[in-house]
Amino acid sequence: MEKKPVIEVIELRKSFGDNEVLKGINLKIYKGETVVVLGRSGCGKSVLLRHIIGLMRPDSGKILVDGVDVTKLKHNDLYEMRKKFGMLFQGAALFDSMSVWENVGLGLMEHTDLSMDEIRKIVCRKLELVGLSQLDDLKPAELSGGMKKRVGLARAIAMDPPVILYDEPTTGLDPIMADVINELIRELQNSLDITSVAVTHDMKSACKIGDRLALLFDGKIVFEGTPDDIRSTEDEIVRQFIEGRAHGPIGVQEG
Amino acid sequence: MAVTEYITKSIGFSISEIGAVFILLVAAAKRIPQAARQKHLALEQMQKIGIGSLPLVLVTSVFTGGVAAVQAAYQFQNYVPMRYLGTVIGKSVVIELGPVLTALVVGGRVGASIAAELGTMKVTEQIDALETLAIDPIRYLVSPRLLAGIIMLPVITIFADFIAIIGGYVVAVIGLDVSSHVYWTGFKLFLHVSDVTSGLIKALFFGVIIAMMGCYHGLRTRGGAEGVGIATTKAVVSSCLLILITDYILASLLFSGVFSG
Repeated sequence: MEKKPVIEVIELRKSFGDNEVLKGINLKIYKGETVVVLGRSGCGKSVLLRHIIGLMRPDSGKILVDGVDVTKLKHNDLYEMRKKFGMLFQGAALFDSMSVWENVGLGLMEHTDLSMDEIRKIVCRKLELVGLSQLDDLKPAELSGGMKKRVGLARAIAMDPPVILYDEPTTGLDPIMADVINELIRELQNSLDITSVAVTHDMKSACKIGDRLALLFDGKIVFEGTPDDIRSTEDEIVRQFIEGRAHGPIGVQEG
Repeated sequence: MAVTEYITKSIGFSISEIGAVFILLVAAAKRIPQAARQKHLALEQMQKIGIGSLPLVLVTSVFTGGVAAVQAAYQFQNYVPMRYLGTVIGKSVVIELGPVLTALVVGGRVGASIAAELGTMKVTEQIDALETLAIDPIRYLVSPRLLAGIIMLPVITIFADFIAIIGGYVVAVIGLDVSSHVYWTGFKLFLHVSDVTSGLIKALFFGVIIAMMGCYHGLRTRGGAEGVGIATTKAVVSSCLLILITDYILASLLFSGVFSG
């Protein structure tokens, strides 16, 4: 398949002080697919995601989104580019001064000329999509962890972005709610034809939502393949990760 | 060097950070026209900073005026006629006590709440979330607060001046046996419009300081609840110190005419 990638990460490097977190990442993400970046906590997965949406600037390397290098964008262009993205944060990051519907509708209020009635209608539809209705006027503090994630998801898709980024979509949820979120992500992809990048250390979630998986280890992508590839590989690093063993090539001290 | 370092540290930021504060100030000021179009954001902040501070400012001002009357009367004893009591209270309140004490109490209250709010938003990734929604946090969060500070500090200072002068009047008439007529005649004696405006110019600067210190320290918060606590402390300490320092600088600029003749 010689499609053009939507997102292309080229030789991305980033250090924090003396700690080089990303040591030359190369990754292509094609239209309509879901790529899951796996890795241990603290290995730089979230850092990679933050670079893609321009929340962080790399030390070197490029990130092309539809052929445009986001690492070089000026303020206004960067904000324009971000409209292509929706992002679900690990802790949902809902605005706690706003009600659920304001959270979901904020992007629409800021970027469109739609009337409040129209925005409310769209918000209702998005909330229905994630299985939450009649919660519109609650504040985020009144929601459970799973509900927050779902509101976060509704907010991420409110503007119908072509690309969605997921930062640890299932972390901190009970196994059943984790699966609900996984299915929701899968459904959204099937129905909306969205390109997605997720980072997680949850193998089960990764296999469920990912078309392609990439394992991030020691600042580099050490393995790329389908969920079946990863299950059948002989690669020691990959095996240690998916089997969750403490002993092996991945040191416990790192990360 | 060690001394300046000690002082800047206690103010809450190093010398190199002064540059960062100015960059944020310029960026926020540039976005004020955009922020002003979204009236609800600025109005909400004006309500929080201004209306919300009124009870506190009311109490502060009544006692400020009262104590000004008591202290002035004590120092006047046998040397200065009591008809100047209103003059002293009026001048000192309008030029100095009103703007500075108002700024200090509002700085404590509002600076802390801005820093805590933005700091919590920062550590819970809400600021990042704004950015991913293509909403500029400086325009959305900082500019409305800056605008509200600039507008509301002079407004509540007028209120504070008024209340303090009344407070002084009440103490003078009831406690110090000065007649109402004498108090107001004295009050009007040397009070110039420029005294009032210079006080309000100060208040405007204090509004900028309070909003910017709250926002700057809030947006730089790191590391959870402890970080929010540190940011809040820094915002209050730095705004209070900067208010006093700026007060001195502005006083020497605004009243320099007196010394140069």
